[in-house]
Amino acid sequence: MPEVTMSAALNAALRDALTEDPRVLVYGQDIGRLGGVFRVTDGLQEAFGANRVFDTPIAEAGMVGAAVGLALAGWKAVVEIQFDGFSYPALDQVVSHVAKYRERTRGRVEMPITIRIPSFGGIRGKEHHGESTETYWVHTAGLKVVVPSTALDAYRLLRLAIADPDPVIVLEPKARYWSKEDGELTVDGPGIGAGRVLLDGDACTVVTYGAMVARCLEAAELLAGEGIAARVVDLRSLSPLDVPLLGSCARETGRVVVVHEAPLTLGMGAEITARVMEEAFDHLEAPVARVTGWDVPYPPASLEQHYLPSVERIAEAIRRTVKY
Amino acid sequence: MATIDPRGGTEPFRLIAPDGTAVGDTEVGLEPNELRELLRWMVLARRLDRECMALQRQGELTVYPPFEGQEAAQIGSAFALGPDDFVFPSFRELAVALVRGVDPVQYMQYHRGTWHGGPYDPRATRFAPICVPTATQISHAVGYAMGLRLDDIAACAIAYFGDGSASEGDFHEAANMAAVFRSPAILFCQNNGWAISVPTTSQTTGEIWKRAEGYGFPGVRVDGNDVLAVYRVTKDAVDRAHDGDGPTLIEGLTYRVGPHTTADDAGRYRDEDEVQRWRALDPIERYRAWLLASGHADDAFVAECDTSAEAEVTRIRTDVIATEPPPTEWMFDWTYTEPSEPFLRERTEALGDA
Repeated sequence: MPEVTMSAALNAALRDALTEDPRVLVYGQDIGRLGGVFRVTDGLQEAFGANRVFDTPIAEAGMVGAAVGLALAGWKAVVEIQFDGFSYPALDQVVSHVAKYRERTRGRVEMPITIRIPSFGGIRGKEHHGESTETYWVHTAGLKVVVPSTALDAYRLLRLAIADPDPVIVLEPKARYWSKEDGELTVDGPGIGAGRVLLDGDACTVVTYGAMVARCLEAAELLAGEGIAARVVDLRSLSPLDVPLLGSCARETGRVVVVHEAPLTLGMGAEITARVMEEAFDHLEAPVARVTGWDVPYPPASLEQHYLPSVERIAEAIRRTVKY
Repeated sequence: MATIDPRGGTEPFRLIAPDGTAVGDTEVGLEPNELRELLRWMVLARRLDRECMALQRQGELTVYPPFEGQEAAQIGSAFALGPDDFVFPSFRELAVALVRGVDPVQYMQYHRGTWHGGPYDPRATRFAPICVPTATQISHAVGYAMGLRLDDIAACAIAYFGDGSASEGDFHEAANMAAVFRSPAILFCQNNGWAISVPTTSQTTGEIWKRAEGYGFPGVRVDGNDVLAVYRVTKDAVDRAHDGDGPTLIEGLTYRVGPHTTADDAGRYRDEDEVQRWRALDPIERYRAWLLASGHADDAFVAECDTSAEAEVTRIRTDVIATEPPPTEWMFDWTYTEPSEPFLRERTEALGDA
């Protein structure tokens, strides 16, 4: 099997969706001739024409608002927001309209809209280019939120998102765009909402998503050398959350560590911890630990290694939880 | 003729003066029966609007935003639309909804507090759900118009918004995108003088219609209380859109003679004198006078408009009052197409049948 980067896998997902469904449109800023700042849309305008793959003015609210009207006209917009920190102008359109339209029309009008947002830190980016926005979207009923961690999963999740009749936010971990994976690009597998166990173990469950998945696997590898068998769960979907998987892993291992880049307070860790408690309170051998970004604005490049959960910080939290 | 708009500025396009005399070419392409229809719609709209105020006072509606004074702006523009043209309203366009064939009883569920958005089928009547966040509906219209262009369908989308909404960034983003994509979109601003308590003069120091030039498409200022003039400029914009000539910005100068909503007390921020000045510019009185003088209608027709409006509004009132609150499970039934297991657990808990 050929090796593929996450960026190339996402490109293939868009290409295949555009090919299979003539109602799919791809638009955003610099996504035409440039092919997107991360080259995810490379060559798509050339292949599908400027009617279906096009640049827009710099207007995130307008871009997402237009997707609502396009949906009413029977089109499926795949909107690229250039960076996480620039998604905020679109928040009103997403929260007030995209997420609510199906409900407001009693199911008569669906919003098959996909919003792709290159997300999170770890690339020594500028201010506003390293933010974790997931809590805003996850807190909004009517949306689905997915976060791929590998190239093949990125292909699958983006295809599922585009095919979904409901709006899906796809948070693409920038730090993993150039990571490679071997295998066949396919949509086969479980639907949106299913997490996966990437590494089995019985000492502790490490729950994570996005770019932190690779770090957690590294930490687990390190700990395996110390005789600690950590189980690593890649959530893949933050909304809906795979609560049954969280419950079964918590019951089986009795210990849970949650890892994410977003700040601690009201990050996904808060929700995951609460769910674990509800699902497996009687099985827990230790308090659920959270390894997260700090409650500070995302720091400049020279400090980001002190902000992002490091392999050592993750490993230490697992050791602490196992020894508790 | 001196300006009749107390706000001054560019004289708006006008065909009928406030006293009912023609001041322009009233041959706008409407047949006599259609000219009569305009009056019938305006009379029905006002009668229904007043009934809705009463229904709110009687506890049958939660909050209601009246549009009295704006009948010509709404009826005239809605009447110019074709069956495939799509309306993106704000929250004050009940008169437009009537012309589009939206069931007023279903529309009123929004204000009765039984459903958000209005449970009518937006695609059936080409009338989008009520939109309360100011100006956000404009980009929906532009997106719909972009879709029409991609499908090569000769139709258009029209967004209604107010002078206050024109201050929102959403207005600018949508207008600019409409221009860039040469979308068959009409941006119809009902400048009714007030955004709740803030007068238009505090929203903008310029004239809203003039902004169109900056975006690169035509703008027009029309007397929003002259139904024939509103019809004419909207019809021109519709024709341009259908012909592939892109968007138009229309500023209709009109006035909200009532409060912002039933929760508002307009006496706190504006003088009754101003309201009376505008009552003298009443759109229905003006058009009725012209219609009678032109010989297109007689007193019997005018009387029949009132009678039929009364009967129709009585029926609507009865049906609105008969509307029951929705079953609790409806709160969960349309949030997702395929609800997740955790979501269904909440539903079960809420319904108490675990």
